[in-house]
Amino acid sequence: MTALELAAAVRAGERSAREVVDEHLAAIDARDGELHAFNHVMADSARDAADVVDIAVARGDDPGPLAGVPIALKDNLCTRGVPTTCSSRILDGWRPPYTATVVERVLATGGIPIGKTNLDEFAMGSSTEHSAFGPTRNPRDPSRVPGGSSGGSAAAVAAGFAPLALGSDTGGSIRQPAAFCGVVGVKPTYGAVSRYGLVAFASSLDQIGPFAVTVADAALLFDVIGGPDPLDSTCIASARAPIAESVDDGIEGLRVGLFAELLDGVDADVAGRVHEAAGALRAAGAKVGDTSVPAAAYGLSAYYLIAPAEASSNLARYDGVRYGLRVDGDDAASMNARTRDAGFGAEVKRRIMLGTYALSAGYYDAYYGQAQRVRTLIIRDFDATYRDFDVLLAPTTPTTAFEFGAKTSSPLAMYLSDVCTIPSNLAGHPSMSVPFGTGADGLPVGVQVLAPALGEPVMFRVARAIEQAAPA
Amino acid sequence: MARITRADVEHVAELARLALTDDEIERFTEELGAILEHAAQVSSLDTAGVPPTAHPLPLVNVLRPDEVRPGLDRDEVLAQAPAAEDGRFRVPRILGDVP
Repeated sequence: MTALELAAAVRAGERSAREVVDEHLAAIDARDGELHAFNHVMADSARDAADVVDIAVARGDDPGPLAGVPIALKDNLCTRGVPTTCSSRILDGWRPPYTATVVERVLATGGIPIGKTNLDEFAMGSSTEHSAFGPTRNPRDPSRVPGGSSGGSAAAVAAGFAPLALGSDTGGSIRQPAAFCGVVGVKPTYGAVSRYGLVAFASSLDQIGPFAVTVADAALLFDVIGGPDPLDSTCIASARAPIAESVDDGIEGLRVGLFAELLDGVDADVAGRVHEAAGALRAAGAKVGDTSVPAAAYGLSAYYLIAPAEASSNLARYDGVRYGLRVDGDDAASMNARTRDAGFGAEVKRRIMLGTYALSAGYYDAYYGQAQRVRTLIIRDFDATYRDFDVLLAPTTPTTAFEFGAKTSSPLAMYLSDVCTIPSNLAGHPSMSVPFGTGADGLPVGVQVLAPALGEPVMFRVARAIEQAAPA
Repeated sequence: MARITRADVEHVAELARLALTDDEIERFTEELGAILEHAAQVSSLDTAGVPPTAHPLPLVNVLRPDEVRPGLDRDEVLAQAPAAEDGRFRVPRILGDVP
């Protein structure tokens, strides 16, 4: 059942939320030992929350649009009193004293947080192999990675542990694992969703977004979590109309551009699926043409200066003073340095080092400053393209899901798996991945729909049309 | 741009407050060199007169009425710290000699 169907059944009193939650907990019990989607299953609090929903329904109250729907939460979203680790040793044992806005909104609309999902440490990675607690396996083929960094959330939805999940996307961390696991994943417009309570990685790029099995379910969760929040000053202050009711409005006359730079150099079977999806959109009434965003070819290079620079600053707070791990030293400075060396994994250290270097005296302008100017050029090239097109179409990833260990020996090879998703983060634009058939290896392929800032209504309509045309 | 050296890595580790091992310094010197070589592709674009983008939204200051609101519970916050004393975070010596 989809999340929409489950919530409708619970609201109508046809199914109890408790029964729905117990079924999903049983599915987790049966298979999460193998997959490791979760760092922490919230069985007791999920059952309690389900009982609250059932009592409301029995009383004649409406619990809300997510009534009784289990939702998996990426373990970098703060949940008061519940361990929030970011899959890092440095936050071992930490229980946040507050709850993220998106989680509050899920709870307020009847949704049931069912557990905290595994990720690459502090969301830095593309395979969950950088988790301090061991990797997650891809439910579609357990010998493959689920993608990352939100690999646990994508796997939880693909395995049927929860119909919905939340992740965060800084350079592709929702869309890439969604593509690898064969589910829908959405990175909203920067500022469309509050980041309050999301553990910061790169603050000018991070956005929270939904995972779902269907496009309509993703729209449902997006409508719940989006909107202004006084607790996040970077959140867009004006309210927006819900997306859910326009998802099925069709795509007659919409202008769809094939994104040349992102189709160049990806595997032929993946590119073939994108062209096939474009053909389906044409058949459904869209006008499809070729287009180019030339500066996007420099997106990966700019990203791997900007994101580590911001991360090196954000992660300065893990100093052994306020939360989690402390390794003692003779004075505060040596305590800080020993705690950080013991608590952070190799990839996090690598990015802190890279970012600190890019920001250091003598290199700031050549690296960080230049990357920020390139970011401007990418935004300008997108703006020019969107004068002629409503949305762009591209692959979500250059390949299908790869095998464990395939890219861990070369950081750069791992970074290249984000090449198709990064441009939207740099521009602050929305983008989503929709499953569309499989590659030559039988593994899922994701087609990416990109839109200009606040273009979610049109983006979801196009995604829905792709979903309807997807090969079985 | 000149390739990153072992001395650069040691200096940056100090700035970043990371007590790296010798092996880590060795490995990062090589890996950061390769990553920076790729990242340096940004230098090949002409950006004369192009302003930098620090943030994707045209942000302005966000103001709110200056009203007292409840903050986080102090004891709950301190209970999560590695060491606390008298309502404060406890840390090792910051300045001066060991008494």
